[in-house]
Formats: sequence, structure tokens, C-alpha cells
Amino acid sequence: MPGNSLEMSYKTAQIRLVSSHPEVYEPCDDSFALVDALLSDQKHLLEHKPILCMEVGCGSGYVITSLMLLLGDEANRAQFIATDINPHAITVTRETMEAHGVHAELINTDIASGLESRLAGSIDLLVVNPPYVPTPEDEVGREGIASAWAGGENGRSVIDKILPVADKLLSERGWLYMVTLTTNNPSQICQQMMKKGYASRIVVQRSTEEESLHIIKFWRDIDIEVDANNGVTSSTPLGILDSVRSQIQRLPFWGSSDINAGTN
Amino acid sequence: MRLLTHNMLSCNIKGVTNGFPLRIEAEKVVEKQLEINHDFLRNIFPKIDWKAFSDASRIMGYHELPEEPPEPSVLESDAEFLGKFHHALLELHLEEGALICPETGRKFPVSKGIPNMLLLEDEV
Repeated sequence: MPGNSLEMSYKTAQIRLVSSHPEVYEPCDDSFALVDALLSDQKHLLEHKPILCMEVGCGSGYVITSLMLLLGDEANRAQFIATDINPHAITVTRETMEAHGVHAELINTDIASGLESRLAGSIDLLVVNPPYVPTPEDEVGREGIASAWAGGENGRSVIDKILPVADKLLSERGWLYMVTLTTNNPSQICQQMMKKGYASRIVVQRSTEEESLHIIKFWRDIDIEVDANNGVTSSTPLGILDSVRSQIQRLPFWGSSDINAGTN
Repeated sequence: MRLLTHNMLSCNIKGVTNGFPLRIEAEKVVEKQLEINHDFLRNIFPKIDWKAFSDASRIMGYHELPEEPPEPSVLESDAEFLGKFHHALLELHLEEGALICPETGRKFPVSKGIPNMLLLEDEV
């Protein structure tokens, strides 16, 4: 449908229709970068045909609303779940979605608490804009808007809680898109995820006055899993290291402009 | 909250081993029409815990679902069944009420359609 492609590529949430509240993080550079990453991968997302999609930490609802809109008709054969620890964010997300005529199931919870056991291995698409700002550790987990940005040491406290949950929730063909800051050490995050069998690539890289953002996409890679298993069964730690090294070299990693490289 | 979501929620209190399904206390149930999508229904069917789902539908006032899990083949052949499955799974919303842990009796409130699964410090 060439006639629709232009119209389709502009379908994201309208800022004027995004609701707000003093205790809820408004769409900002990080939110826009995440939606831009989803837009740049739109063709693949449409082919991916996700069945269950989820956002952890939906804030204003800008990202989950944009995701549903950019999936277009494909969104009708999926269902969407969004969580936030901040009850005001849940209310604002509901208002934002209503203004756009879309629906996601909303749950006021910490990350995916209460959903992890029944949704294990079921999420085909997970999007996360985590609280990534380096802060003193005691600011993590406070109520209200601080929960949207307070990330503890190197901004990693909440990210490091989310990653194992993401690994549990993602289906065999599941994709994760996550916002990170250079300070979060994204290459180390990618290596950590590689040990769990995930390949990764940077979909959007963007520097603003205040921060340098990377939107990273993760997906399970059979090659990595096979390598990891071989390493375990042959009990040669060196073998694991070698395979990880070769994977790092193989990844179309930093600053790649080939958005759609690889199997995804 | 749709029954799809209810089917995916368990009690998250530390130490609880038998936290599914949460018992529904329904104060207000609303119906919101949604276009049926057969692909979604076929894809989600294997993930649904049928007993929890059909029990929940009855608590929500809908009595058309079989108690025993149907054969997956009905998804291909039985349009009437698909319609009922769709209605109970996606069109019935628990607007006000609570979800109750079967093991501890802890109540998770559902307000304006949104379950609050946040835990107290001593429950985490």
C-alpha cells in the first residue's frame, strides 16, 4: 500500500492530546527517541506481528499510545499491557489513550510484579524507558515523579531490576526496546544480555544538550544460545569468553546506520 | 480490567506459592464493544487458564462459557464459540471491585478499571 506509507509513518501520539499531571513525567527527548526507534523499525514490527505487547513504566502514555498507532491495523490482532508504579501516571496514560481512541490494559505495579509468572515467555514486544538518571541510591523507589528518573548508581539500579524481568517475560521471538544513557554503560548492558542469549543493536543514538541517549533493541539469538550451551557443556570458560568476543565483533554495534541489519 | 488481564495476574506477595487465580469481587462490570479478531483469539487461547477464565466470567455475570476447556478445534469451526470467547475475554471489564489472593486473602483494589498490585514494605 504505497499510498498509505507516508500517512502511516507519521502516526504517533499527538503531543496536544497527551494528558499531564504535576507528578507525571512529560514526553521528553528520551520518549521521542524511543518512539523514533519504533518508527524506524515500523516495517519490521508490522512483519513481526506481535500478539502481546507491553510497556513497563508508561508515564504519560505517549510511548504505548504511539506504539499502538504505528502498528495500525496490526494492533487489532494484538493486546497491550502497560504498567507504572506511579498511580498518577496510570491515570494520565488512560487519559492519553482515550484521547487517541486506543486501549491498553493498565496495571499499577512495580515493573511487572503480579504478571511475571503467568506472562512468562509470552511478551512479543516490550518497550521500556526506565529511570536512568544517576542519583543517590536512596532516591530510587520514591513516590511520584522521582520514580520516572531516579536510577541510583550510574542510573543502573532500576535497569538492573528490569532486565531479568524482561528476560523472563519475553517470548522466544520477543523483542525489547530500551532507552539507555551513556552513563548507564550500554555496552556492558548488551554484554550482560548476551550471556542470557540476546543479540542487540542500537536503533537510535542521539545526543542532546544534557544527555547522550541510545535506544537499544534486544532479541534472542539462536547462535548465541548455542554458543553458550556449548561453553557450558564442554566446561571451558575460555570458550565462552571467545564466543562472546566474536559476537561482539559481529554485532553491527556502535553508530551503525544499517538500521535493519541482521535477522531482524 | 479485562478478563484477559485477570488471567495473567497472580498474587505477588513474597512467599505466596498459590497466588493464582485471584478471586474477583465485582462491584461494577461494564461492557465495551470491540471488533472481534480471530487471529488474536487463536493465538491467545493456549495461554488461557480455562478454569480461572470461565469461573471469572460467571462472577462477572456471564454464563455462556463451558466449564471444561474446549478442544482447540472449536476455534477453527465454531463461530458462535469464538464470539463468546471474545466477549468474555475482551469486552467485559471489571470497573470497580477487588482481586483477592486465594492464599492470604489480601485484597488488591480495582478502581476505574485499574488493578493496584502495589505491595506494602513487609509484603515485598
